[in-house]
Amino acid sequence: MAPKTEYAVIGGTETKVDGLEKVTGRTRYADDLSFPNMLYGRFLRSPHAHARIKNIDVSKAAAMPGVHCILTGKDFPIPFGPLPISEDEHVLAIDKAIYVGEPVVAIAASDEATADAACRAVVVDYEELESYMTLEEALAQKGEAIHPDHRGGNVHKEVPLEIGDVEQGFAEAEYLREDVFYYEGNTHMPIEEHACIGVPEGIDKVTLYSSTQNPHYGHRLLGKVLGLSPSRIRVVATPVGGGFGGKCDTFSHEFSACRMALLTGRPVKFTLTREEVFYTHRGRHPVLMWSKIGFKRNGKITAMYFKSFLDGGACGSLGVASTYYTGALQPCSYKIPHYKFEGVRLFTNKPVCGPKRGHGTPQPRTVMETQLDKTAVDLGIDPATLRLINAVEPYSKTVNHFRITSCGLKECIEKVVEASDFRNKWGKLPHGKGIGFAASVYMSGAGVPQYWNNGPHSEVTVKVGRFGEVQCLTGSTDIGQGSMMVHASIVAEVLGLHTRDIMVLNGDTATTPIDLGSYSSRVTFMSGNAALQAARRMRDQIAGVVAESFGVTADRIEFREYKVFNADNPEQSMDWPDACALTESKLGAQSSSGNYTPPDLAGPYKGGTVGPSPAYTFTALAVQVDVDPETGMIKIEKVWCAHDIGFPINHTLVIGQVEGGIYMGLSEALLEEMVYRKNRLKAPSLLDYKTITVAEMPEIETHLICTNDPEGPFGAKEAGQGPLLPAIPALLNAVYDAVGVRIDEVPCSPDKVLFAMEEKAEGGAGRYGPKAFLEHKMTSKPVRAPRPAEWENGNEGRMS
Amino acid sequence: MLRLPEFEYAAPTTVAEATRLLHERGTKAMLLAGGTDLIPNLKRRQFRPELVVALHKVEALRGIQERSGRLVIGPLATLAEVAAHPAIRSQYPALANAAAMIGTPQLRNQGTLGGNLFLNTRCSFYNQLEEWRNSDGSCLKAEGGKCQVAPGGKRCWAVSSSDTAPVLAALGAELRLVRHDDERMVPVAALYRDDGINYLAVQPGEMLTEVLLPVAGTWDRTAFLKLRRRGTFDFPILNVAGAVKFGAGNVVERISVMLGAVGSTPMAIDAQKLFAGKPLDNAAATAALQTQAGKRATPLPNTDASHVWRKRMVRVYTARILKELAT
Repeated sequence: MAPKTEYAVIGGTETKVDGLEKVTGRTRYADDLSFPNMLYGRFLRSPHAHARIKNIDVSKAAAMPGVHCILTGKDFPIPFGPLPISEDEHVLAIDKAIYVGEPVVAIAASDEATADAACRAVVVDYEELESYMTLEEALAQKGEAIHPDHRGGNVHKEVPLEIGDVEQGFAEAEYLREDVFYYEGNTHMPIEEHACIGVPEGIDKVTLYSSTQNPHYGHRLLGKVLGLSPSRIRVVATPVGGGFGGKCDTFSHEFSACRMALLTGRPVKFTLTREEVFYTHRGRHPVLMWSKIGFKRNGKITAMYFKSFLDGGACGSLGVASTYYTGALQPCSYKIPHYKFEGVRLFTNKPVCGPKRGHGTPQPRTVMETQLDKTAVDLGIDPATLRLINAVEPYSKTVNHFRITSCGLKECIEKVVEASDFRNKWGKLPHGKGIGFAASVYMSGAGVPQYWNNGPHSEVTVKVGRFGEVQCLTGSTDIGQGSMMVHASIVAEVLGLHTRDIMVLNGDTATTPIDLGSYSSRVTFMSGNAALQAARRMRDQIAGVVAESFGVTADRIEFREYKVFNADNPEQSMDWPDACALTESKLGAQSSSGNYTPPDLAGPYKGGTVGPSPAYTFTALAVQVDVDPETGMIKIEKVWCAHDIGFPINHTLVIGQVEGGIYMGLSEALLEEMVYRKNRLKAPSLLDYKTITVAEMPEIETHLICTNDPEGPFGAKEAGQGPLLPAIPALLNAVYDAVGVRIDEVPCSPDKVLFAMEEKAEGGAGRYGPKAFLEHKMTSKPVRAPRPAEWENGNEGRMS
Repeated sequence: MLRLPEFEYAAPTTVAEATRLLHERGTKAMLLAGGTDLIPNLKRRQFRPELVVALHKVEALRGIQERSGRLVIGPLATLAEVAAHPAIRSQYPALANAAAMIGTPQLRNQGTLGGNLFLNTRCSFYNQLEEWRNSDGSCLKAEGGKCQVAPGGKRCWAVSSSDTAPVLAALGAELRLVRHDDERMVPVAALYRDDGINYLAVQPGEMLTEVLLPVAGTWDRTAFLKLRRRGTFDFPILNVAGAVKFGAGNVVERISVMLGAVGSTPMAIDAQKLFAGKPLDNAAATAALQTQAGKRATPLPNTDASHVWRKRMVRVYTARILKELAT
């Protein structure tokens, strides 16, 4: 139940504006679209992990009736990447293939079966090279580097950072611990496979309809790679049937569809198969981590030194950011006086890793929260209290210079403790049953864009027509998270309308203004603020005209229940359409724009731009499990979650996001893994890549903590990613509480639990996980930064 | 989407017509019942039949009825029908439970009992796209290359993954197999061979027309347990079926226990010798049965989950099936 608010729409439970068409199957996803004379595109993919391409013979395919266009790597000579600092991808492999599943040849034909048969008729002559399938192999690099021109060889990126003096911090510690942890890679698995259609328009113009989270970035990259002015390209994001970060990059099928449409003069559609979605990937990085943390006996953290090795797959993608993110948010939930981080990302001959819900932060969060749990046991402080002792405070600076504004971490912790009866259960449930606790922090949007520019991060236009019809134009895309509903709610609230009165048009680079995209949990905060500004400007325009006709000042005009009226004399009112028509007759066509640019919050050091956000959300979560001591199988009984949302734009949407994030976290914790057999992905299928189902999902009890962020629209912050984070460590901590073993590896499969239990029974440590960290000497210059002034003189970051 | 290979298609309306087609085309023809396994396998080019003989128009293969005190199940009875059938639920709950644990509700509405009994053996190197299989060697079962699971050997280790087979074998059910010019009855246990490729002991041109359960009262209790990592959707990575008839004094008169999904065939473990005349909770017999089951099972790394763990679970589930039968 949503609590009562002062608002008509905000904080309520109105049905999503795009909900009915989705549940009745009427939403038109990219693959549902069809155009006259459309061709069907298909890729021939590399069967080898690392192989030189000596020759590609397409003659048989070219001679097949119905084949209209064949492209190879040489047709796309310009390398690209979502980040300008690592442009190492090609649309189609040039000279060599660098992972099994990499597109090598693209063929467009009059039907799918012909395109398929034509791909089978292509003969590619490969010479296999030494492949690098693990961190160890990549680091040892016994043959040719995956990207021979890359300065670091297979070492893609190094991030060495120290803030304060960790040695001093460790010297002050009375309890120290070191842990090594391995988090296996996993993938987004959206139910909608990627699909797109390139449609030729006019003279040398092309429209791309695509299932994408980021049409704006795609627009930019299509121009670059196709060698075409962006003024000749239009990108339309179709409704996205699940993104989770997997549809952020711009992909081979999008470039190919556009190029083929321009070459053939016919629309070209690509729809990936499920297997191809696994190869397209950009999912969670496998990360090997080492963490050393020091505490006072009273539980106060004195210092942390964190190291991560990311297995990046074959290309950069957003991996530079991912690397930073494995070190960015540890100091943002707990006060860490001295902090050192070393992150290394390696190239391997596997599908490319990138951003998945939580982007680079679930792995370190899992390590830190399990370390806190181990510490709590050793120090004899209960896990919730240990977190309260160290919790960051509202309006403070983290030691790595991030600005915290609203912060409900303590309230979240206390809420979950109370709801789950944590203190009466932890350590007290019968053998086999356990409860685990964890907390986390996440960003409401990244502070900097993916390519450097000075423009707003979000722009929204509101248009009002003669009959009172309202359009809200936003470049953001709805990936199921409810951004259309968020925009409709904000505009409806300001103009005194119902959300069904607002037509939200989104994600079209030709007709909607720029928004950077649906990633980084940024849309509600950033585009929401732009929508709020645009709606208020529209309200002011209309209020001015109506005030004049009422003979009052504009500040006396209110908008409510489809009416515009004099606040001092509600009898004096005008129906909304009449007010719109009157305004148009006086001022002409009515539109207004709003913009949002986050404040400059970058830390004063190299890499200080990754992690700052205009607002952070905080989450606490408890999981109760039942572990079968004979099999090691884990049944999740219940989850309690409290999330600092700032303020919910729509209560139901937020609960949905929280539950979806927890689902994804639990699924990673228990089952999901992208594992390989020699060079091949073991389970590229919906059946064999295991995710938890409705049969495994426990009841989730969600509490929203409202801290009313001063800069969020109506006080709102993010909900899409944060609640995923604590679910994973809370589950591992619950397993310990149930059967007394530490699984320092994700996923926490039953064999690991059973083997750790057997080891413990034989007098061992009762732990399953990696034994050692990798040796590597950083070649990058260490980055040292002073602590913020707010940390001087024993002040722990509080901003005065 | 993945495209089907080309094949001829026939949809006969009688068993005679269907067996005639099988006789004419021999191994080049394949039967299509519910299609929940065959169609995805065809898309992955696991085999390329010349002719697919669809059975959905053969009315004689449908339905569940009682005949001379025995339940007779048509092979086209859906798994959902088997799971919900009142007489099966009361007399042979193990069969109803096994059927209810296959796939998902949608798959059980489409998939058939006959299809599950004849289910192709599975292997995580075999149930892959053609491009995947051929990207690093090939698969003995699909292309006739080298086995990727046990490269040294000559045999195929694809896994018998039927949930109903171990149950029906444990119950002592019989099958009517019909050819164009004759027919025979075989016990379910005799349907299978310990070979991942030639996993069925059927004659060329034979098809299943009836599944006959033993007469009511043959067993006092039946039980089925399935190991999988999720509560739905998944094929078994181990299953155990059991049936028991008690004699006077609550000691075992007859007992039958079958293991499935830990080898290329369902496997009988000789519980009768260990338990005859003893109560089900006899500790020594239980331990001996566990040891025997552990020796029989040959899980390999070609399914979901660790094969070492699966091997361990054989002992656990063997003890559990005895507890299930006792309660």
